[in-house]
Amino acid sequence: MTRRARRLTLIGAALGVFGIAIGLVLFALRDNIVFFYSPAEVEARHVAPGVRLRIGGLVEQGSFKRDQNRSVSFVVTDGKGSLPVTYTGILPDLFREGQGVVAEGSLDQGGTFRADNVLAKHDERYMPRDVADALKKQGVWQGGSNAASTQGVTR
Amino acid sequence: MIVETGHYALVLAFVLALFQAIVPLIGVRLADAQLMRSARSIALMQFAFVALAYAALTYAHVVSDFSLVNVYENSHSAKPLVYKISGVWGNHEGSMLLWVLVLSICGASVALFSRIMPETLRAAALAVQGWIGAAFLLFVLATSNPFARFADAPLEGRDLNPILQDPGLAIHPPLLYLGYVGFSVTFSFAAAALICGRLDAGWARIVRPWVLVAWMFLTLGIAMGSYWAYYTLGWGGFWFWDPVENASLMPWLAGTALLHCMSVMQKRDALKIWTIFLAILAFSLSLLGTFLVRSGVLTSVHAFANDPARGVFILAILVLFIGGALILFALRANTLVPGGVFAPVSREGALVLNNLILTCACATVFIGTLYPLALEALTGDKISVGAPYFNLTFVPLCLPLALAMPFGQQLAWKRGNLLGAAQRLTIAIGCGLVAVIALALIKGGPVLSIIAAGLAIFLIIGSFADIAARTLRGEGHVLSRALGLPRSAWATSIAHAGIGLTLFGLASTGWGVEEIARMRPGQAVTVGPYELTVTEIKPGRGPNFDETVAHTVIRAGGVIVAQINPAQRFYPVRQMSRAEAGIATLGFGQVYMSLAEVNRNGTIDARLYWKPFVILIWIGALVMAAGGLLSLSDRRIGFAYVTRRRGAAAPVLPQAAE
Repeated sequence: MTRRARRLTLIGAALGVFGIAIGLVLFALRDNIVFFYSPAEVEARHVAPGVRLRIGGLVEQGSFKRDQNRSVSFVVTDGKGSLPVTYTGILPDLFREGQGVVAEGSLDQGGTFRADNVLAKHDERYMPRDVADALKKQGVWQGGSNAASTQGVTR
Repeated sequence: MIVETGHYALVLAFVLALFQAIVPLIGVRLADAQLMRSARSIALMQFAFVALAYAALTYAHVVSDFSLVNVYENSHSAKPLVYKISGVWGNHEGSMLLWVLVLSICGASVALFSRIMPETLRAAALAVQGWIGAAFLLFVLATSNPFARFADAPLEGRDLNPILQDPGLAIHPPLLYLGYVGFSVTFSFAAAALICGRLDAGWARIVRPWVLVAWMFLTLGIAMGSYWAYYTLGWGGFWFWDPVENASLMPWLAGTALLHCMSVMQKRDALKIWTIFLAILAFSLSLLGTFLVRSGVLTSVHAFANDPARGVFILAILVLFIGGALILFALRANTLVPGGVFAPVSREGALVLNNLILTCACATVFIGTLYPLALEALTGDKISVGAPYFNLTFVPLCLPLALAMPFGQQLAWKRGNLLGAAQRLTIAIGCGLVAVIALALIKGGPVLSIIAAGLAIFLIIGSFADIAARTLRGEGHVLSRALGLPRSAWATSIAHAGIGLTLFGLASTGWGVEEIARMRPGQAVTVGPYELTVTEIKPGRGPNFDETVAHTVIRAGGVIVAQINPAQRFYPVRQMSRAEAGIATLGFGQVYMSLAEVNRNGTIDARLYWKPFVILIWIGALVMAAGGLLSLSDRRIGFAYVTRRRGAAAPVLPQAAE
């Protein structure tokens, strides 16, 4: 094999692996990212039922209800809009009424958010700005606390 | 007074770092041996002062000096001593100080250990190390001063985040930082080689031990972090594709690639430019990780924009060093003489493939980590890129790598024989296939798990095919022949087998069992092959927390095999509760129980898991690191080589290249 042919093989292999990687990334980014909305944004954007998304806000005071079989329902609010959520499973330790929460799942036909994953986060990234500000005012959210204050549960 | 001494020592260390950054370089330029030699003593002095500052901060934490903002915010007088010491790095300021301490340890080690290297190379490398040190010391002093005081000292501190009060924290960050920052040495040597304008196999021989050390610590650090997350976060996951985790995975991937391509450079004098590039890349990704974790950009792009002092500073460091190194690279890379040639099917070719796959895998992690940040900064849309993305990109790239690894080991340098390699791997291939078929027929389960488990078995057996072949042939007793093989051969086999073990552990998660149960004392719940019975639920009290413990026995076929005590702990100072999981290791698997809720009627809600072979994930990492250690002890490539030839007549690089 000549030097030129060797070099071409090398470049070919590099482009091959690189191309596969790019292809995989583009494919994965198309279908496997989840948008994060606040309840008001969910209303404003008319999110279709069945689309996976994350919602975040405060658990509304007095909205938390326990049904049978460990399923729970509560309302998530961001001060401007609110969204009823149902979830079956165990809630994270940090879950409280009046505190920040993030839920992952999708809307059903009736406009209720069916969560399959609930995270209690005192973390600005997962919170609408108004909610984060509200939390800061209440002194609940500890600014700059790191990822360790994250707790999650997957069904 | 001690605290002020520490603060002052830190300032002195900064000044010394500046000196170290400039004077040796002038020495290199003027070919002045004395100026060049000054680098070593300054590096040692800088280490001494940083260590002094660090000791002062530790002292303040141990004696609970709440007049320090840092101590007040992260400590409490009732906190156990071990967490007072480890709590020093459980916060931003202290952890940056640890970063700088590790950096100065690296500099001091370069000054002490690499005796045979040419003075120009060492002086230039230590100067680059000095630049990094100066930048980060300035960062600590200007934006994250751990020695800031209150005018009126509070009486009691706010305690450390309960999740961080764990033995895992005592070990994980130092290991991780030794890995992260260890790559600074490689970076410095790469920059030094570009400055000196000479790069050959000797350079690789000098630098490879440093790569190995950093890589070992990073491997252990990542594994430790993952095990820590597994047992503290209470829901049995060990890897979340969280940006913080990805930040440590990226340098590991680049470092692994670097390690392999260095062996090509060392043996065959080829792939020089690529080696230098990877050396720069590995540390750049470490810096990127530091930026992601320490700037607050992960919390929110907006939070970053609102309080930019720290973030912008690290970003400036990032741009300065990556940009500077790449400019140097662009200016000097073309002066490097290309080395040996090789056929595509050869050991070199296999290592190139390894590098290609590892860097592409690294790039997918990079995109998955930074894309959400970029999108939020540009459009304001918040998205999360989670496990599904990485399962679709990272996994398909890495599984073929596992398949290729034993083949690569079988190929000869320069020109290899793929068919011959396959023949030598017959047994391993057979075992892998039998495992796949047996698992599919008997056990069933997810297809990916079955394939990955088969691959893992092929990889573990295939890693030793070379050693087996060399042991069974030839004169003398089998054992003495096995021990007579070069340690580097064993090291490669062991490290690769470690990957196989980890892969097997990962594959086995597919056969895990997960239950959420309401448990009453005396009532048995079945989880996989085991029965769990809560015997007693009772309150307890620790030094700075109250807890409810559920004593639980685990039975297999009616016989008690283990006892676990999962607990729910409440830390009054921070008003936070956290679950302390009960874990029993049975064989290579674990029963994992985490209390979610203690109900009024005397029952508990718990998450119960049976995780077969789960500890292989971390044992694999330990085995990988052991392979690294063995390679380090090999006289031909490890530290021994470097120190043994002290005073050797011909230095590897000529003095004063200019």
